Amino acid sequence: MVEFTLPPNSRIDARAGKTYRAPDGAAVVRTFRVYRFDPASGERPRVDSYELDMAACGPMVLDALLKIKNEIDPTLSLRRSCREGICGSCAMNINGVNTLACTQSCADLRQGEVRIYPLPHLPVVKDLVADLGNFYAQYAAVKPWLQTRTPVAPDRERLQSKEDQEKIDRPSACILCACCSTSCPSYWWNGDRYLGPAALLAAYRWIVDSRDEATGERLDALNDPFRLYRCHTIMNCTEACPKDLNPARAIADIKRLMLERQH
Amino acid sequence: MSLRSPLGMVLGRGNAGDGVAHWWAQRLSAVALVPLTVWFLAALVRLPLADHAAVTIWIAAGWNPVWLALLLAALCWHSRLGVQVVIEDYVHSRSLKLAALLLNSGAHMLLLAAGVYALLRVAVRSAA
Repeated sequence: MVEFTLPPNSRIDARAGKTYRAPDGAAVVRTFRVYRFDPASGERPRVDSYELDMAACGPMVLDALLKIKNEIDPTLSLRRSCREGICGSCAMNINGVNTLACTQSCADLRQGEVRIYPLPHLPVVKDLVADLGNFYAQYAAVKPWLQTRTPVAPDRERLQSKEDQEKIDRPSACILCACCSTSCPSYWWNGDRYLGPAALLAAYRWIVDSRDEATGERLDALNDPFRLYRCHTIMNCTEACPKDLNPARAIADIKRLMLERQH
Repeated sequence: MSLRSPLGMVLGRGNAGDGVAHWWAQRLSAVALVPLTVWFLAALVRLPLADHAAVTIWIAAGWNPVWLALLLAALCWHSRLGVQVVIEDYVHSRSLKLAALLLNSGAHMLLLAAGVYALLRVAVRSAA
């Protein structure tokens, strides 16, 4: 059966969490409860509480996490790079929602403490760093590059009309942060065989690309009860996407194209 | 632990080459069930359900046995396809999954056969 519960050594040890008090004279105190796990320690995961003075902290959740790492607890591990929502590194689960720490403003979150966990249902490397190896392999599996047979002179572009370009405009904006795939229950239960919304959005981006000549092969590769059809239109993916993209719509369109070529 | 590459594991044994048929059958049977269910529920409301004779007469009347047979078929078909998806979603042990899928198909076929048989008996007896 599907594993609905965590193995015993992965369950959070409620008594082990440490609390780091706010400095004296802190003006606006907010508590950040952050998931901590270090496989090398042999200990169970715990949730540490950090009380921050928000008057001396940047506005975004990433600012708070970096303040913790720089000023309070350098052992905290997290991924981040661009701090402006274009690299997709700092995707994590904030107050139960997958999103980017760098574009999530603390003030926009519900009043009270902020709970920060790694992306759901992935192996945890350390703290907020999840193992995305399978996720990236799924992206590679859909062959996310232009495939053609018509030769084009090396000093010429492959032309595309404005309307055709608009079809791939939005899907191309995906930053592969994995917020969508890891918010999908179908991906949780069958992530080893279901490609997930991110990889399927990438597949769609090349299926509808007017310059690509491997549309048939791309659809063939997805005609599978698990790779594509584990999508049950739950639409958490579209809800979660921090770039406001619509993977659910892309998947529905792939299913439609798959059907249309039969009739 | 497997030493196989992540891409190798994702590609696995390739695409099964089927999936669109199952998905389309689910949609078709769902659409077929809409008018059939509305018709059936509307008939049920008007039928004197405590009166056995009246109900058997209604079952055998006109095109009713045909619609009832189609309702049974669409219902069993749709249910079989749906339960199959649930099993594939949640049952991961190979042997258990195979057993559950076979049981699912068998149970729905039995249900359909029994239903159509009962329908025929009522219809033929009323006609005789």
